[in-house]
Amino acid sequence: MPVTDCPEEIQASVAKVKEMVRSCIQCGTCSASCPNAEFMDITPRQMWRMVLTDRLDLLFASRSFTMCSSCYWCTLRCPRGLELTRAMGELKQIGARLKLGNSKKSDLFYRLFLDNVRQYGRVREVELMGRYFLGMRNPMAPLSYAPLGISLLKKGKIKPELPGRGPGKLADLFEAVQHQEGI
Amino acid sequence: MKSYLYYPGCSLKGTAKEYDISVTALMTSLGADLLEIDDWTCCGATAAQAVDSGIGLALGARNLALAEKNSRPDPEKEPLDILVPCSACYLNLKTAQFDLEKDKAKREGINQVLSKENLSVQTHLKVRHLLDVLSLDVDWKKGLPFSNPLEGIKVAPYYGCQCLRPFTVFDNPESPHSMDEMIQAAGAQVLDWDMGAQCCGASNATTKPDVGQYLVGKILDNAKDAHCIVTVCPMCQMNLETYQDKAHPVPVLYLPQFLGLAMGIARDRLGLELNLSENVQLTGG
Ligand code: SF4
Ligand code: SF4
Repeated sequence: MPVTDCPEEIQASVAKVKEMVRSCIQCGTCSASCPNAEFMDITPRQMWRMVLTDRLDLLFASRSFTMCSSCYWCTLRCPRGLELTRAMGELKQIGARLKLGNSKKSDLFYRLFLDNVRQYGRVREVELMGRYFLGMRNPMAPLSYAPLGISLLKKGKIKPELPGRGPGKLADLFEAVQHQEGI
Repeated sequence: MKSYLYYPGCSLKGTAKEYDISVTALMTSLGADLLEIDDWTCCGATAAQAVDSGIGLALGARNLALAEKNSRPDPEKEPLDILVPCSACYLNLKTAQFDLEKDKAKREGINQVLSKENLSVQTHLKVRHLLDVLSLDVDWKKGLPFSNPLEGIKVAPYYGCQCLRPFTVFDNPESPHSMDEMIQAAGAQVLDWDMGAQCCGASNATTKPDVGQYLVGKILDNAKDAHCIVTVCPMCQMNLETYQDKAHPVPVLYLPQFLGLAMGIARDRLGLELNLSENVQLTGG
């Protein structure tokens, strides 16, 4: 998939990432520092090379960038001082917008998380997890989280609440930002 | 001790209640006042960065603006610092502060957005992690009231990622030691290990359990010679406490819970019964 075939806003985001990693010298410090590298089929260093050489087809055929847990080791150690964790964040945003399907679970989770914040201002965990399970369309999914959920409920750390209606506490803020971003 | 503006963040009001409870108890015992920021909202956690960085910045900016609004309860005195116990919240607020300070156009854009709520942000307050405040504003050598020293207890200090990186403020992110002095002041020993600054998997534990559990397992197995792990991040604490079945089980306490125990603060004022590693027993002395 050449960049030029992507919608304009995606091209702009890709250009942003390209600018962020422009001075990469391919030393591999980022890959060597990444705690999640062994779960990745392409390493962070390879990702930056693919960004710089317009091989988004290769980059987005992999879900490596979705493995990033934002630990900031790469950012701390990159000898060129590149903001690599942020660049990973941008790749996650592009992946989600392209609906690539290679990071469905985290895309869904993060999107629902922000919806939750838009509605209430703060996170309501029970509703968030409920919507996450519904969205995954996997009736067995909640089971693997059930023991944790039950202990949290027992301890009164989470409480079921009725889902809210209406525009939501931060709706104006979200709308104003998206308006500025031209989304 | 000084007073601080307090930003608890969502998890301290929910799944990490015991962190909120114990921070408040410890800071009060140390003589500090915490003024919770009025009407604060979520900082965006790791979600904003993965969905929409503009929203992430706006969420951070809104909270900074609210903090600035009540930062000078006494106009004669210096504005207060913002105390943030959650590492993810700390990083988000600090990043927003950093970006808005650096980029005037961004700040103008955000202030336009915030003006609907009659808010604006100037970025003059200090955003500080709990560990920063405890390690720099408290003199641990000066006979603090440790009525219940935790002698014979070996502690694995676990820092996690986002209070140390990418902003290096109060400790060395490659080899952090800011908790050592406090743990020793409490009468306990520090485990010599190199997992203190490693990553717990963050939200991978929810969305990619195999990846998350692998990292948690490594940390727990390396802490097997310790009586407990002490941490300063609700995400780390939850991940380490939740996935203990496939690794060496170790109780995981929040730093203020641990220090509070040594200071003789009652268990319920430290929220210890809320930890998932039930009945954390650490008896000293
Ligand atoms: S550490 Fe920096 S310079 Fe080295 S490969 Fe990674 S991005 Fe490039
Ligand atoms: S921030 Fe992401 S990519 Fe960088 S080292 Fe950590 S997990 Fe790897």
